[in-house]
Amino acid sequence: MELSTQTFRVTRADLIRYAGASGDFNTIHWSDRLATKVGLPGVIAHGMFTMALVGRAVTTWAGAPDAVVDYGVRFTRPVVVPDDDSGTEIVVTAVVREVTEDGLTRLDITATCQGDKVLSMARATVRTAG
Amino acid sequence: MSLDQSFVGRTYPPTAPYQVGREKIREFARAIGATDAAYHDPEAARALGHPDVVAPPTFPIVLTMAANQQMIEDPDLAIDYTRVVHGDQRFAYTRPVVAGDELVCVNAIEEITGRGGHVFVTSRTEVTTTAGEPVVTAWMKLVVRGEA
Repeated sequence: MELSTQTFRVTRADLIRYAGASGDFNTIHWSDRLATKVGLPGVIAHGMFTMALVGRAVTTWAGAPDAVVDYGVRFTRPVVVPDDDSGTEIVVTAVVREVTEDGLTRLDITATCQGDKVLSMARATVRTAG
Repeated sequence: MSLDQSFVGRTYPPTAPYQVGREKIREFARAIGATDAAYHDPEAARALGHPDVVAPPTFPIVLTMAANQQMIEDPDLAIDYTRVVHGDQRFAYTRPVVAGDELVCVNAIEEITGRGGHVFVTSRTEVTTTAGEPVVTAWMKLVVRGEA
């Protein structure tokens, strides 16, 4: 499995679109005023949006949109998304931890934003047998 | 909230069926920038052996997060939602969610632990079709931050 680094740009517009599509309208994902009130540096991405982007990386590596059989993450650090045109970037890499005899590949995933890890224990199992 | 272990194992009534729509899957896929044909085009999904468009891996959160309101709003647990942070999330899939599915969630409290003044509550949500076919199991760990 070719595990090339994948990079995802995240802007405020992406968070608004994700809020609508997912139904998660928590104010910390769209209001600087309310995000800073609870001690955050500003609007942060939904953890589940980051998990979804990393999920895209996983299905791309697997070469199939329906190949994921197990996928879990721990959210360790918020992804702060500035209110400008360029937003921020999430960089996703992985290594193969195990290939099982029954055609499953287990990946250990790393996701960083501005050089800091934003997830830990990020693991996916994908079906790789034909 | 308390660390009362008697809540571990508490199970909530099944949620009302959620009808998975083709356009909802497309909308979710667009929102995360997922362009794979099987998320958008029923023919492409059928070519992979699915009856209709396939949902991206994290799509079940749309159902399970809503279903978890049962636990978050449980007056016995008394979770202060203003102090809640999403800690962990995991999905184990029997098969992908597809358009046309009618899905029911059954929530249970799997674990309650404490560390550093914070309380960690893990829910386990079994997502099945209305016919009882298992589709995906979701685990969500919430961190209820302690008073500073």
